[in-house]
Amino acid sequence: MTLAKRIIPCLDVDGGRVVKGVRFVDIVDAGDPVEAARRYDAQGADEIAFLDITASSDARDTIVGVVEQVAGEVFIPLTVGGGIRALGDIHQLLRAGADKVSINTAAVARPELISEASAHFGSQCIVVALDAKRRTTGHATGPAWEIYTHGGRTPTGIDAVEWAARMVQLGAGELLVTSMDRDGTRDGFDLALTRGVAEAASVPVIASGGVGTLQHLADGILEGGADAVLAASIFHFGEYSVQQAKRFMAAQGIEVRS
Amino acid sequence: MSGIVIVDLGTGNLRSVSQAVAHVGGGVRISAEPPVIAAASHLILPGQGALGAWIDRLNANPELRQAVLGRLRHGPVLGICLGLQALYAHSEENGGLPGLGLLEGAVKHFAAAHRRGQANHNGGHGGGIDRLKIPHMGWNRVRHTREHPLWHGIADRSRFYFVHSYFVHGTAPGEVAGECEYGATFTAAAARGNLFATQFHPEKSQQAGLRLLYNFVNWNGA
Repeated sequence: MTLAKRIIPCLDVDGGRVVKGVRFVDIVDAGDPVEAARRYDAQGADEIAFLDITASSDARDTIVGVVEQVAGEVFIPLTVGGGIRALGDIHQLLRAGADKVSINTAAVARPELISEASAHFGSQCIVVALDAKRRTTGHATGPAWEIYTHGGRTPTGIDAVEWAARMVQLGAGELLVTSMDRDGTRDGFDLALTRGVAEAASVPVIASGGVGTLQHLADGILEGGADAVLAASIFHFGEYSVQQAKRFMAAQGIEVRS
Repeated sequence: MSGIVIVDLGTGNLRSVSQAVAHVGGGVRISAEPPVIAAASHLILPGQGALGAWIDRLNANPELRQAVLGRLRHGPVLGICLGLQALYAHSEENGGLPGLGLLEGAVKHFAAAHRRGQANHNGGHGGGIDRLKIPHMGWNRVRHTREHPLWHGIADRSRFYFVHSYFVHGTAPGEVAGECEYGATFTAAAARGNLFATQFHPEKSQQAGLRLLYNFVNWNGA
């Protein structure tokens, strides 16, 4: 297979500024999203993801402005997620220059949004984000995960692997799988979760949540079976560059874009 | 002359295409007006999503269709994604769709082709998940199968960004300009006379993509 596995730096944006939450709380301000996107592009990022964690609806225009600016100077795919509820929101972001949008809460509230959006805009631009947490109660056949919404605050009772299959059926073109247990811990992806979804889904899967080392990125591909890996803080604070991550992964036999 | 014109059929990320072209120095406009399209010095035919919807939109406006078809006969044209697939006569999409029929070949679905291929190929991906993920999404290598002014300054086997579930199988060797592998070998770029069309998205393919767009806006179509 000559298709490269992708490295996707993620920028968590609140009110137009880049932040990174540790377990989605305790946020530290650290920069301008346009500058950060430019830096990742220069480092060889394969895509850039923006997660808009601003709650208020008037801030919607802020992320649209950020996307417009980035799309004018960075010529790689851009994915935007956070607070997308309706076809109009998707249209606005795609027009601003986003290539894909990622949807979580609104898909749980109204799954038909995914079929409507993929029929309208094409499934290639509809990413469904799964925020999943391990169920604490025992499960006879092995571990199981539950879908959470609203930035990890609301349990839904929905099984993550079944949900993944359903979302693909409705037209999701890609799945972004985040472990809520690992997010912000730097302990690595929940590889069993990644693998469970990757095996169940016929579309590409992005592993997310918990990256602390370059080995974690490689593990997401080699053991999790992911097609792409997403990380925020290890890149954002300059600990590692995307280039370093690619050299590390290539040395482990992973096909990457150099 | 109305300069570089991107045909607006209401699908895909036209803004990305126009911004990338502007970045390499082309004054560009997005239009669905037949006179503007007819007078374009360079015509870009983009499209993403479903080919059926794209063809329907073209057919729904006979003047637009006539302007596009007329303009495809002379002067530099760049098709992108659906703008490549539409140049063939037939697509498997939706149980069979008629295309423009300008190039020889057909448009097929990865899953169907992969199933056919597996019948005489014993798996053998090794390592990861043993299935072909669809859409084909990401950066893949494009092998130049012939020389072309639009490949100028782009190394053979450079990576470009793809996102598609249907692919072109070009059957006229002279019309295939580049090939890519995903489950099967498919046509990543096609060329004939004044037409050049890519399955990948040059506007999203960083340096290599910008170079291709630069080559296009500086091409005279010969």
